[in-house]
Amino acid sequence: MKRVGVFICHCGTNIAASVDCAQVAENLKGYPNVVFSTDYKYMCSEPGQEMIKETIKREKLDRVVVASCSPRMHEPTFRRCIADAGLNPYLLEMANIREQCSWVHPHDMERATAKATDLVKMAVAKVSHDAPLAKSFSPVTKRALVVGGGIAGIQTAIDIANNGYQVDILEKQPSIGGKMAQIDKTFPTLDCSACILTPKMVEASSHPNINLITYAELEKVEGYVGNFDVTIRRKARSVDLNKCTGCGTCWGKCPTKVDSEFELGMTKRKAIFTPFPQAIPNKPVIDREHCLKFKTGKCGLCQKICPTGAIDYTQEDELVTTRYGAIVMATGYELFDHSVYGEYGYGKYPDVITGLHFERLINASGPTMGKIKRPSDHTEPKNVVFIKCVGSRDETKGKAYCSRTCCMYTAKQATLVREKIKDSNVYVFYMDVRTPGKGYEEFYNRTTETYGAHYIRGRVSKITQDGDKLRVRGEDTLLGRPVEIEADMVVLATAMVANADAAKIAQLVGFSYDKDDFYTESHPKLAPVETHTAGVFLAGACQGPKDIPDSVAQAGAAAVKVCALLSKDMLETEPITSEVDTKTCAGCGHCVDVCPYHAISLTTIEERLLGQTITRSVANVNTSLCQGCGACTVTCRSSSINLRHFTNEQILAEVDALCQTIQNK
Amino acid sequence: MSDHTEQIKTAENGFEPKILVFACNWCTYAGADLAGLSRLEYPPNVRVLRVPCSCRVNPQFVIRAFQRGIDGVLVAGCHPGDCHYTTGNYYTRRRFLLTKRLLDFVGIDSERFHVRWISGAEGPKFQEVVTDITAAIKAIGPNQKLCDYFPTETLLPNEGGDNQ
Repeated sequence: MKRVGVFICHCGTNIAASVDCAQVAENLKGYPNVVFSTDYKYMCSEPGQEMIKETIKREKLDRVVVASCSPRMHEPTFRRCIADAGLNPYLLEMANIREQCSWVHPHDMERATAKATDLVKMAVAKVSHDAPLAKSFSPVTKRALVVGGGIAGIQTAIDIANNGYQVDILEKQPSIGGKMAQIDKTFPTLDCSACILTPKMVEASSHPNINLITYAELEKVEGYVGNFDVTIRRKARSVDLNKCTGCGTCWGKCPTKVDSEFELGMTKRKAIFTPFPQAIPNKPVIDREHCLKFKTGKCGLCQKICPTGAIDYTQEDELVTTRYGAIVMATGYELFDHSVYGEYGYGKYPDVITGLHFERLINASGPTMGKIKRPSDHTEPKNVVFIKCVGSRDETKGKAYCSRTCCMYTAKQATLVREKIKDSNVYVFYMDVRTPGKGYEEFYNRTTETYGAHYIRGRVSKITQDGDKLRVRGEDTLLGRPVEIEADMVVLATAMVANADAAKIAQLVGFSYDKDDFYTESHPKLAPVETHTAGVFLAGACQGPKDIPDSVAQAGAAAVKVCALLSKDMLETEPITSEVDTKTCAGCGHCVDVCPYHAISLTTIEERLLGQTITRSVANVNTSLCQGCGACTVTCRSSSINLRHFTNEQILAEVDALCQTIQNK
Repeated sequence: MSDHTEQIKTAENGFEPKILVFACNWCTYAGADLAGLSRLEYPPNVRVLRVPCSCRVNPQFVIRAFQRGIDGVLVAGCHPGDCHYTTGNYYTRRRFLLTKRLLDFVGIDSERFHVRWISGAEGPKFQEVVTDITAAIKAIGPNQKLCDYFPTETLLPNEGGDNQ
């Protein structure tokens, strides 16, 4: 026999005005398991709580029902209260007779009182099946992994490292730096991108708490918050990083020339190369696909001339497993493949380029040493057309969303053209101009007013080659007439899209992503850097298009979340998790499939049967990962998996308690 | 006063159905709380049972409720795509599509069982949904199907005479 105490709160007149609380308390006297029932003006007040505590001791109560406001309001209060009196805090149930009774039925006291009675009886039925639960604890590995070495990843790592924790940056390219390294100037201040990025790259590489793992990829992630076992594939670099000094002799002499990825194919690099001059680590890799030694077995020049003997053709990919407490995804973005816009003729007309090509063209260390030249004939363009929203805000051919950065970088590029080529004309085709940022609208106004860029509201319908000119046809929708511009160069503001392998990586780490493959934050407003997977955080454009200031801000936010996690020695986990009855579990694995947190796995157990030892497969719940949704409980055919605190028995007891009060059938 | 209050007052034909609402903790339960905070009146026929997620609701709970004589059941959770547990309500959607067909097959009027998505911000929607369902069930009368087992003896040894 359980000893349940029932406490009905008046909440001043909030409840008492439309529910007869004394009557409810009276109705519960004699109800199964109820040994004490009373009402009081304010249960949550100091004297109210004292009364509960005294009653627990005096009446030897072993569980408590408080009927008052929503448990979303005061469940923690009353859990603490009964814990103070020596009861397990999970032996409490609340009946919500304020928000869901008195406040919504103010004009019918009789029926509101009957309903309140029902709700309390349901709570008594549930509490009678409550079991004491204890929070569990697991240790935390005080090391973080940042996946992606662009500005978001670098900033996250620096912020975490400055708080005294060890961080590894995992970068798939041979150097950290990301997209920001390719950009020439940054809006709205026109600082040189490299000038503000490279010091951060150096800081990351020289920080005692940061370890760079470049030219490497995620292979496998196991474990859970506090203890992720991450296997990283360190791709064969063919260069011993410990011996190499980065002197550059090898790439100076290498005979093989390949299109440079960093310069978007506008110049050549060697088969042994660093992606760009300020690369960190400034040590080369061998591109095995193009290297003569690997293709034909001949050459081997770099090995012969390397003064430190760092070249090692026999290197192989290496798998390294490390344990981390937290993971930050900062994998960035790619640019939309706009070849679907055949009318813009990209690939067909060499002088139709993307915004990122333009960044390289205008960059002092780029292929043209910062002189704006047409890719076709290396002449200076006089008429430059910019087309915005190429792939953004176009559901039929591209993406439905706005890429957020294109309005500003197009304004920046328009300004730079006007600044560098004094007699140039700049035309910008736009759908809308969106400048939500500090100093952004002012910058855009300067572009049109001081720099005289011509903004034309409308879409371009067709670009054709006419001699050495490009004929750009479109519509000015404000004037309502067609426009045709003879252009020397056309720059497309292509959309920011998720990386091609974004979904694959999300599945590998085990968190969710949206229909565009951007990583889903835990809450769009209140948890913008967390994922649904505990211990995995987001920074930068992998979560959605964003500019550098927003990426850096998000990086800082993610770093704080990581530090808050790593500052704990032990992680507390909610005890409301699923549990498996291995006696009846048949190991069918349906629960494994439905669990959104990958918290359930099949494991093999040994048992004695008829004098023999047999092994069989059963489900096993990792309580550190389980969030207590209960999806698995319904899918189980033998009811072998149950959710603590919301067990099948408890819910059915509530249903029964409610139905028993049905009258006049 | 709103039409809802009107409906509550005029529906005095004697039969007051009892309706069980399984509400997910994160959306619908919060929506029901919001209805309370906003003092949105609805018929006192509904009883909310809190579950962590709508996907915690086993169709067998619904069947049990009908067996025990409940007049209507509502399962309500977050809107698709907004589940606190990412995918829970997708399971709910699929499971209860089938359950509805099963109930139909065994002769439970489909007006008695509903699945709805009500977010934590939709206090008015909670009011509207439960008011409409109550009115519809009032119109079709008490549930007498399946209601064959009423375990007063086994579970309620101390219960007084009023509920027999």
